[in-house]
Amino acid sequence: MKILVCISNVPDTTSKINFTDNDTKFDTTGVQFVINPNDEFGLTRAMWFKEKQGATVHVATVGGANTEPTIRKALAIGADEAIRVNAEPIDGYFVAKQLAHVIKSGGYDLVIAGRESIDYNGGMVPGIMATLLDMNFVNTCISLEIDGDKVTAIREIDGGKEKLSTSLPLIIGGQKGLVEESDLRIPNMRGIMMARQKKLNVVEPIDAKAMTTDDKFEKPAPKGTVKLVNADNIDELINLLHNEAKVI
Amino acid sequence: MSVLVYTESENGKFKKNAFEVASYAYEVAQLLSTTVTAISFNTSNNEVLGDYGVAKVLNVTNDILKTFNAKAYAHAITEAAEKEGANVVIVSSSTDTKYLAPIVSAKLKAGYVPNVVTAPENASPFTVKRTAFSNKGFAHTEINTDIKIVGVSNNAFGIKEHKITAAVEAFCPAITDADFTTKSTEVDKVVGKATIADADIVVSAGRGLKGPENWGMIEELANVLGAATACSKPVSDLGWRPHGEHVGQTGKPVASNLYIAIGISGAIQHLAGVSSSKVKVVINTDPEAPFFKAADYGIVGDAFEVVPKLIEKLKEFKAQNA
Repeated sequence: MKILVCISNVPDTTSKINFTDNDTKFDTTGVQFVINPNDEFGLTRAMWFKEKQGATVHVATVGGANTEPTIRKALAIGADEAIRVNAEPIDGYFVAKQLAHVIKSGGYDLVIAGRESIDYNGGMVPGIMATLLDMNFVNTCISLEIDGDKVTAIREIDGGKEKLSTSLPLIIGGQKGLVEESDLRIPNMRGIMMARQKKLNVVEPIDAKAMTTDDKFEKPAPKGTVKLVNADNIDELINLLHNEAKVI
Repeated sequence: MSVLVYTESENGKFKKNAFEVASYAYEVAQLLSTTVTAISFNTSNNEVLGDYGVAKVLNVTNDILKTFNAKAYAHAITEAAEKEGANVVIVSSSTDTKYLAPIVSAKLKAGYVPNVVTAPENASPFTVKRTAFSNKGFAHTEINTDIKIVGVSNNAFGIKEHKITAAVEAFCPAITDADFTTKSTEVDKVVGKATIADADIVVSAGRGLKGPENWGMIEELANVLGAATACSKPVSDLGWRPHGEHVGQTGKPVASNLYIAIGISGAIQHLAGVSSSKVKVVINTDPEAPFFKAADYGIVGDAFEVVPKLIEKLKEFKAQNA
């Protein structure tokens, strides 16, 4: 089985978000970049397939040379080879077009991407890729079992979960549940050393047009001060929620 | 030219978000001087959409579509958009809709922007404000394609009435076996309980509760308020509560009217995930807990003392205001 894990290079979840250039760009000053958490669950599940069922695992990202430390981390975790499409990821459609080209050229059976990246939260790359390539697609996937080319997947739905049956070739929009938080791997020294020897192929982007552009960013308005209510005065809280906030 | 809106339903009844996306679609239609057409699946009370400005309903009645299927639904919505010559397609932010919208986007070659919180101000450029960076910021995003798809953030625009008469038309999209290569085999869903996605009130608890055995009072508080229950990331990672309840940056987003956080200190990732909630109440023993800085109302106190009192007082309140 040939697996491709699509990786997005995103600010660490603890990052404070600021904008620069007259609020037209995300300010990367002092920001630590990591593998998008939703992608990391997918990568870890891919490693499980590699070790338990036999698979080769490649990772791909769309981004500049600045994304290479994140790609190297994926290789250190255990991916066999990496592909970097040398282009700025303009929007979800553009990224999906680039990755779809990578998938087509590489002949992958299974493609695992995160349900969404935690920076731009578009959540559209897996679905657009699946449609462009006419591959099966399961989103918000929290469990994935493969037997031959038969697939049993579970996806999260609002208020519960749904079991699905499908087949390879398949694209997954994954999230926590594919593996548990405690299954995530921290690269060890041997992995880091080996990652340096692994192939990181840089390919030039194909011709594709973005469909959307982010013109400007803004930060949420600062929050007013909290109104503290004495623990002995629950009536006051109920009064505030009813008469002032009007939410009960 | 028209605005198409996908109005979601469950067991033949429209979901609350259907009325919100219809209201949003009406505002966009006004801006473009056109009318709103809705597409619905296996619903009977289609005329109700007229209350929110929908002029026409394309109603699909087909047993094979009783269970949601992303590809088949996307096929039907695409066909409806083509039939209506829609230049804007409005959808919600539910999990099912986020599954199908990218498929429709690729089929129609239409730029799709999810998590949108306001209607566009102009027809051209068509720019919408959406949340980004997991609610730590907003982006003003311009859609450059002829057909545009807008995913409206839950509980951001609100439900607005514009009573007109909706003409209901049967619609039979050419669904084929090729649309069912991914099939639902089992749905495991809590019935009769509010979900985090559509609840007006969400009651959430964290490690401050000390153990899963103490969730009874959280369930009871949620019950009194008709609220959904949620939890912080550590609580779901510890296995105290199911993953489906984890709210925050890597869990589910919350956009309820009221969010009550009990024994949750307020890590930046958690605050991001719940920031779209309109009113936040924090109950925590630690007055220095970061959540107090992001809350509207707070009680510094022990959850084990405060919550039972709150339940009791809310019961009295509900009895008086019933």
